[in-house]
Amino acid sequence: MSTAGQEKVKVRLATTSLAGCFGCHMSFLDIDERLFELAEIAEFDRSPLTDIKHCGPCDIALIEGGVCNTDNVHVVRELRANAKILVAVGACAINGGLPALRNKLDVNAILTQVYRDPKTGEPCVPNSPELPLPLDMVYPVNEIVRVDYSLPGCPPSGDAIWKFLTDLILGRMPRLDYSLLNYD
Amino acid sequence: MPTADPVVSAIAEKYRNNPTYVLQILRETQEALDWISPETVETVAAQLKIPRTRVQSVLQFYSFLYDKPRGRYRILFADNITDRMAGNIALFEHMLSRLKLKRGEVSSDGQVSVDLTSDTGMCDQGPAMLVNNRAIPRLTMRRIDEICALVKERVPLEEWPADYFRVEDNIRRRETLLTSIAPGVALDAAIARGRQGMLDEIKRSNVRGRGGAGFPMGTKWEGARNAPGAERYIVCNADEGEPGTFKDRVLLNSFSVRVLEGMAIAGYATGATKGFIYLRGEYKHLQAKLQREIDEMRASGRLGASIRGAPGFDFDIEIHMGAGGYICGEGTAMVESLEGKPGRPRVRPPSMVQVGYRGKPTVVDNVESLAHATEIAVEGGAHFAKRGTRFSTGTKLLSISGDCERPGVYEYQFGVTIGRVLEDCGAKAISAVQIGGASGVLLTPDDFSRRIAFEDVPTAGAFMVFGPDRDIFEVARNFAQFFAHESCGFCTPCRVGTTVQRNIMEKIAEGRGSRYEINELKRVVAFMQRTSHCGLGETAGNAVRDALSKFRPAFERRLRAKDFEPAIDLERALEPARRITGRDDAEAHLETES
Repeated sequence: MSTAGQEKVKVRLATTSLAGCFGCHMSFLDIDERLFELAEIAEFDRSPLTDIKHCGPCDIALIEGGVCNTDNVHVVRELRANAKILVAVGACAINGGLPALRNKLDVNAILTQVYRDPKTGEPCVPNSPELPLPLDMVYPVNEIVRVDYSLPGCPPSGDAIWKFLTDLILGRMPRLDYSLLNYD
Repeated sequence: MPTADPVVSAIAEKYRNNPTYVLQILRETQEALDWISPETVETVAAQLKIPRTRVQSVLQFYSFLYDKPRGRYRILFADNITDRMAGNIALFEHMLSRLKLKRGEVSSDGQVSVDLTSDTGMCDQGPAMLVNNRAIPRLTMRRIDEICALVKERVPLEEWPADYFRVEDNIRRRETLLTSIAPGVALDAAIARGRQGMLDEIKRSNVRGRGGAGFPMGTKWEGARNAPGAERYIVCNADEGEPGTFKDRVLLNSFSVRVLEGMAIAGYATGATKGFIYLRGEYKHLQAKLQREIDEMRASGRLGASIRGAPGFDFDIEIHMGAGGYICGEGTAMVESLEGKPGRPRVRPPSMVQVGYRGKPTVVDNVESLAHATEIAVEGGAHFAKRGTRFSTGTKLLSISGDCERPGVYEYQFGVTIGRVLEDCGAKAISAVQIGGASGVLLTPDDFSRRIAFEDVPTAGAFMVFGPDRDIFEVARNFAQFFAHESCGFCTPCRVGTTVQRNIMEKIAEGRGSRYEINELKRVVAFMQRTSHCGLGETAGNAVRDALSKFRPAFERRLRAKDFEPAIDLERALEPARRITGRDDAEAHLETES
C-alpha cells in the first residue's frame, strides 16, 4: 500500500460488528486524536461510523464479533469478497468469545425457552423471513471465511489497534509488544 | 455386586496405604469392580488419607481407568495404522453390529462396551484388541464371532481359550542381544569388574540409549552415581507406546534375564538399590511372568541383599503397571506416574539423574539399553564398541510391521541400510517406510540407501512398511488422531495444536479442504515444534510434515479448487433453527459460495 505518486491514494477501510458487544469499536475510538491522523491516510467504506450499507472494494476490513446467524455470514462473505486484507479483531471474532457460551446449549431449546406466548405459555418462535436465522452455534470468523490477521484482546486497546493498523498501512508485519498484549 | 470398602481396603493394605501407589491401587480396584465410581474415589481417598481431588486427577488422566461403567467386558480395538491396514475397522464394525452397540456405548444389560484405542504393541500380529487390558492378537471375522458368543454367554475372561491370548515373539534375525544368557553370568562378570570398573566399561562401550534420544548411557549412570545423597533409583522404561514398536515386549517375554540383571548391574554401577519396571498397561500379559522371575531371582540370590555374595550389592525390583498414556514413556512423565500422579512431563533442568523419583537421583533407561548392559558386563566395553558404527555402537532391535512378508523383530548392527532391512523382511515395491513411529520420519525409496544409526536415521526401533497401494495421507491422518488423543493437555501449543492438526486432516479427508488448510497445517506443525513443553508436541507434527513434503499430491487430490472452505457445513448449522421456525424461504438457507 505504497503512497508513492503525485496524488495520495487513501487506504480504504471497512469495519463491522457481528456477534459482539461493540466494545472493539469503542476501543477503536480510543485512538482519540489519532483519528485525525488516520483520516489523513485512510477513508471508511462500510462501517458503523459511516452507515454505508454495503461494502465496495477496499483495502482492509476489520471484523468484530463472532458469526451467529445468516446475516453475519452474508456480511463476512461480503467483506471477504471486497477486502484485500481481512482482520479478526478481538476475542469474539477470533474464538467466539462470550456469545459462544451458548454453544453448549441446544439452539432450539434456547429459542423455545425465550419466545413464549405471554397468555398461553406456549412457545412462539418468530419466523419472519426478515429475521436472520440463527446458526446452531456461534463460530469464529476464520471458520467461515479466510482470515489474514488476528488482533487479540477483549477488547484490544486503542494503542494496540493503532499500532496494528499503522503497521498494516505502512506495509510492515504487524507486531504488538508485550505491553499491548498484557491484559492484567 | 461387591461393595467398594472391603475390596479397596484389601488392595490398599497390600500397598501399605501408601499414596505413591494410588495408580496401582486404582488399577487393581477397577479389575475387581469394573469401574471407579465416585464412592470408590471417596473410599480410596479416605483410605490413603489424601484429598479426593488427587485421586480424581489420576482417574481422569489415564485412559484405562474408567469413571463411568464400561461393562464387565471392556473391549478396545487397537487402531494403529498397521491395524487399519490389516482391516481392524471392518472387524470393529462387525463386532458392534453383532452386539448391537454403538462405538463406546455400554450394552443395555451393562455387560460390554467396544471402543478404539491407540497402538497396543502387536503390530506384527494385528489386528489386535484388548479385553480388560488383556491382549488378543491376530483377529479374524471368525474370532470376532467367537468372542461375541463368549460375551453373550457371559463366560468369564479367565475361561476364554488360552490360545486367543497367545502373543508370538516373531524373532526373525538375531545378533548378540537376542541370545540367551545363563542366569547370574552377567551379574558375576559385573561384580568381578567392580562398581567403578563396570561404569568404566559402560562408558568405554559408548552405548547410547535405545529409547530414541540416544543419550550416552555411561554419562547418565555416572551422573546419577556422582549426584549427592544415598538413595538412588533405576527405572526400566517398558512403556513401549510408540506406534509400531514392540521389541521391548519380546525382550521382556524371552530375554528377561538380560533386562532384570541389566537393571541390577545399573544399580551396582550407580549405587542404586531399588529398581522399577514401568510396564505399559497393554502388556499386562507379561506382568505375572515377570513377577515370577523377580521372585525367583530373589530366592536364588540374584536380587535382594548382597547379590551373588557381593557385600553391599543390594538391589530389588518392583513392577509398576501403566494405565494407558503414551506420554508416560517420556522419562520425567514416567517418574511422575511412578509417584502416583498424572504423567505430565516435568520442567528440565534439573535432570533426572539429579532430581528424579521422589526427588532422588534416578536413571531412566529403555528396556533394550538395560539389556545391553549384560553384554557389556560379560564381554567388556571395547569389544561391544566393535559392533555398529563409530557413533552408534552395538546392535539395534527393529520392530518391523506393515506391508512385508515377515513382520517381527530383527536385530542388526547399527549402520545397516534401510534397503537391506526391507530386503530381509520381504518387502517389495515399497512406497514409503515410517521409521521411529508416529513421531519419527517418513522415508521414500530415494532414502533407502540411508543407514539406521544416530548419525543418520535415528530410531527407537519402529519400522512400518507401506506398499504402493497405501494412501500416505491416511497414514498421516492416523498419526494426527493419535497425537490429538495422547497429548497430556499440560501445555497449550500441544493441547490445541494436536487438535487443530487433527481437525484440519479430517476436513481434508472429507474433501472440504483447500490450499488454506495446507498452509495452516505447515504453520501449526512449525509452531508446535518450536513451543511445546516436551518431545511429544515437538514431534507431533512430523508425520504430517513429512507426508506433506513427500506425498503432497495425496493431499492435493482431496482439495477443493477454491481458496477457502468453511470449517463447518453452514446448511447443516442452520437446520435446527429452520426446524423450530418452520422456515424454508431463501433467506433460511446459505448457498455455498462458488
